[in-house]
Formats: sequence, structure tokens, C-alpha cells
Amino acid sequence: MSKTYYLTTPLLEEQTRQLKAGDIVYLSGVIYSARDAAHKRLVDLIAEGKELPFDLEGSVIYFVGPTPPKPGDPIGSAGPTTSYRMDSYSPTLLKYGSKGMIGKGKRNQEVKDACIEYGGIYFGATGGAGALLGKQIKKAEIIAYPELGPEAVRRLEVENFPVTVINDTFGADLYQMGRALYEVKS
Amino acid sequence: MREIAYDTVVKAVRDIIVHCGTDLPQDAYDALKQAMEEEKSLVSKEVLRQILENADIAKDEKRPLCQDTGLAVFFVKVGDEVKINGGLLKDAINQGTQQGYIDAYLRASTCEPFSRANLKDTVGYNLPAIIHFDIVAGDTIDIEYAAKGGGSENVSRATVLAPAAGMDGILQFVKQVISDAGPNPCPPITVGIGIGGTFEKAAISSKHALFRTLGSVNEDPQMAQFEERILNELNKLGIGAMGMGGTKTVLGVHIESNPCHIASLPVSVNVQCHSSRHAHITI
Ligand code: SF4
Repeated sequence: MSKTYYLTTPLLEEQTRQLKAGDIVYLSGVIYSARDAAHKRLVDLIAEGKELPFDLEGSVIYFVGPTPPKPGDPIGSAGPTTSYRMDSYSPTLLKYGSKGMIGKGKRNQEVKDACIEYGGIYFGATGGAGALLGKQIKKAEIIAYPELGPEAVRRLEVENFPVTVINDTFGADLYQMGRALYEVKS
Repeated sequence: MREIAYDTVVKAVRDIIVHCGTDLPQDAYDALKQAMEEEKSLVSKEVLRQILENADIAKDEKRPLCQDTGLAVFFVKVGDEVKINGGLLKDAINQGTQQGYIDAYLRASTCEPFSRANLKDTVGYNLPAIIHFDIVAGDTIDIEYAAKGGGSENVSRATVLAPAAGMDGILQFVKQVISDAGPNPCPPITVGIGIGGTFEKAAISSKHALFRTLGSVNEDPQMAQFEERILNELNKLGIGAMGMGGTKTVLGVHIESNPCHIASLPVSVNVQCHSSRHAHITI
């Protein structure tokens, strides 16, 4: 049976290693936004031994490129983007301490293996629910790469941000499990 | 000749873009609601509930439905008795697109394909729009618009089958495309299928098929039956809302078919995510 958790970032390994595919998690605290272009820069910084724009330890990275905020709002609509474009970078970030990723869609085997090895979780948020998810973001601040526009790295303060565990630290995959339950083989 | 002012077109285009950014069309809303009621998986049901709640929030608070506000795609039928005063029709559509995207706080998502540099400050905000023109008899301009996101476009595919493949071959191809796509295009989806014509004609037809109202029946009884058959087969895949597993993966299958070369059977599958933002106006 799937469980519901309320967790605050940064995430600890003993927390992530409890979570199972299908669990529902409401995240609060600080998370960071980054898409492909920002991921490439973060991984390059690690390779060069340079300091990153935020502390990776226990961090949760949200794959999102929001719409511009309306006057008075911290952020515009902000739902997840398709995650496979981050597959080549995610294992490095997990290796250096990141504990969670939020996106939508399938991950490759390397990412799933890195989740098992480093205690990382791949969370799914509802794609196309950008208005709803954007409202759970209470504060947003660009902390790196403003020239990337929607793809800049943002520090986001979230409250009860709703996500589901897709890939856990045991190698399970909710997409495969869910589909197996309802697939009708002809 | 009927004269239509350039600015009239700019304003009409701007207005539909602003509207579509935040208001999910009724056909999509109704189809999603029905899917939520019929879905067997509780997880997918909850996802569908969130999708509908999102649509309500977007409409009430005028927030973009999705952060991917798409490339602007147009099918434009220009009457042969229409003259645009004050500029080119194509420029008017682009200008209206830019204005709508800026005014509604939508995202600029066009980029140069290799450097990936955003084009908002060079070419224009979310420009260029993708425009398919046709010339018809009459004195009106008919504009169909859709905001087409990247997630569902990325899983779309085209091929040219051997004529012997027939309907079964087409079904197999479509099934493979949707199965491979899995959770990525934000299901529940609408599947546009272009059949026949040439390679590019099939692709354009598959895009245009997505503009048809969800729940409508194909005028060609044979195609209506084929759509039904494909829909049932695709829902057997078990992908469910956002790929969480479930019985409602596809809301509708829309086919447009064209005469083709005696040697070929072109087939294209264009996928539309649940955030099916589209509108139709006549000027
Ligand atoms: S596929 Fe559609 S709903 Fe999903 S993120 Fe892209 S535009 Fe939004």
C-alpha cells in the first residue's frame, strides 16, 4: 500500500531509503530549479572542481522552466518538464549529494542505478498542472545563469508540494508497476 | 474584394492566444472529466482530479494552464476575395502571436536549433509561429490555433509503410509509438493520425486532425470505425494518466486520410497532451 509522507528539505539518506515507488510525498522547504542547460553547467563545475551555486547535499532538483510571473506573484506556472533530457547529468549530481529529482516521464537505467547506489529518489509531479503547482511555490529567486531565462537556476521555497515516488532506492519503477496492473495483452 | 485591416488580424490572433493560455476548451475539459469518472486506477483518478483542478485554477486566476505554453501553430484558410490592408497576413499573425504571449505572461519557447539560444530578443517573443496557409473561395479568413507543447511533440513519429501493411500495419505502428511514449507526453492524450498523401502531407494531416473537437465522430464511417478500434487497442496499453497505470490513456483518436501514391502508405502520428489548448475563429 502506498504511504503518504510530509518531508522537509534537505532530505536525509535515512528518509529517502524508506520511500517506495507509489508513495505520495508533500515536500516543504527549499528546492532548486534546473533544466538541461543548467544541468550541463553544474556538471561542468563539478568536473572542474569549482563551487556550485547551491549546496548539493540533500538537495532536491526540480526540472522546470516556469512562465514569467505576473506582477505581485513569486513565479508563474511551474509544472515539471520531461526528465529524460537530464538523464546524462543526474547520476553525477546524485553522486555528489543530491537526494531528489522532480520531473515527469521515464528515466534511464543509469539514473535508476544511481538512485539505488546514492540513496536518491525520482519524484513525479503532474505534468500540465503548472497553475496548481506554481501556487505551492511561495518564494522564487534566481541564483545562477539569469541569461538562460526560463532555464535559469532558481531557489524555490515550497509548501506541501505534491509529488509521487516513481523510482525508489530499491530499483522499483512506478511507471512499470502501474502499467503492468492495467495492461491487457492481446 | 473585402478589405481587412492588418491590425484587426493582429488583435484577433492576440486575443485567442491570451484566451487559450488559461482557458482549457470545453471539449477537452469534458473528456477529462469523463475519463476521471471512468478511470479504474485510483492513482490515475487522483492525477485526473489534479488536472481538472489545475484547469479551474488557471481559468479563475488567469494563470497559464501549463508552463510549456508551446509553439504557436496555425492553420489559416484565406478567402480569395480578401485583401489585407497595411501589411502581410503572415506578419500580422506573427505580431499577434508575440503580443499575446507577452500580454498573457506566457513563456517564450523558440530557440536556435544548435546553440539553443532563445529567440525572444532576436527574432521575437516566441516567434516565429508555425503557419500552414491554404487559399479557399470566399471573403473571410479562417484561423485555427493551437499552443503545441514539446512533451507530446517529442514522441510524435512519421513513417512510410508498404501498401500491403494496410490497416493492421497502421494500427501496429500507432500502438508502438504510443507504447514507447509511455508517460512522457502527459497522458491522457489525443492521437492525431495522418494517412496517405506524401511524407509531409501525412505529417501535416496528423497535426490538423488534432484540431477536431474531442468526442466528435469522423464523417467517413469506415474511418470512424477504425478510430474506435485504435482507441480501444491503445487503452489496453495500461499507461494511464501521467503514466501511473490505468485504463484511460487516450481521450480520442482522430484520423485524416488522403489519396496517396500507388507505391506508398505514409503514416504520421502526432500526439496531443491533455493540455489541449486550441481555438477556431473566423474574421
Ligand atoms: S506535454 Fe503538454 S501538459 Fe505536458 S508539459 Fe508539455 S505542454 Fe504541458
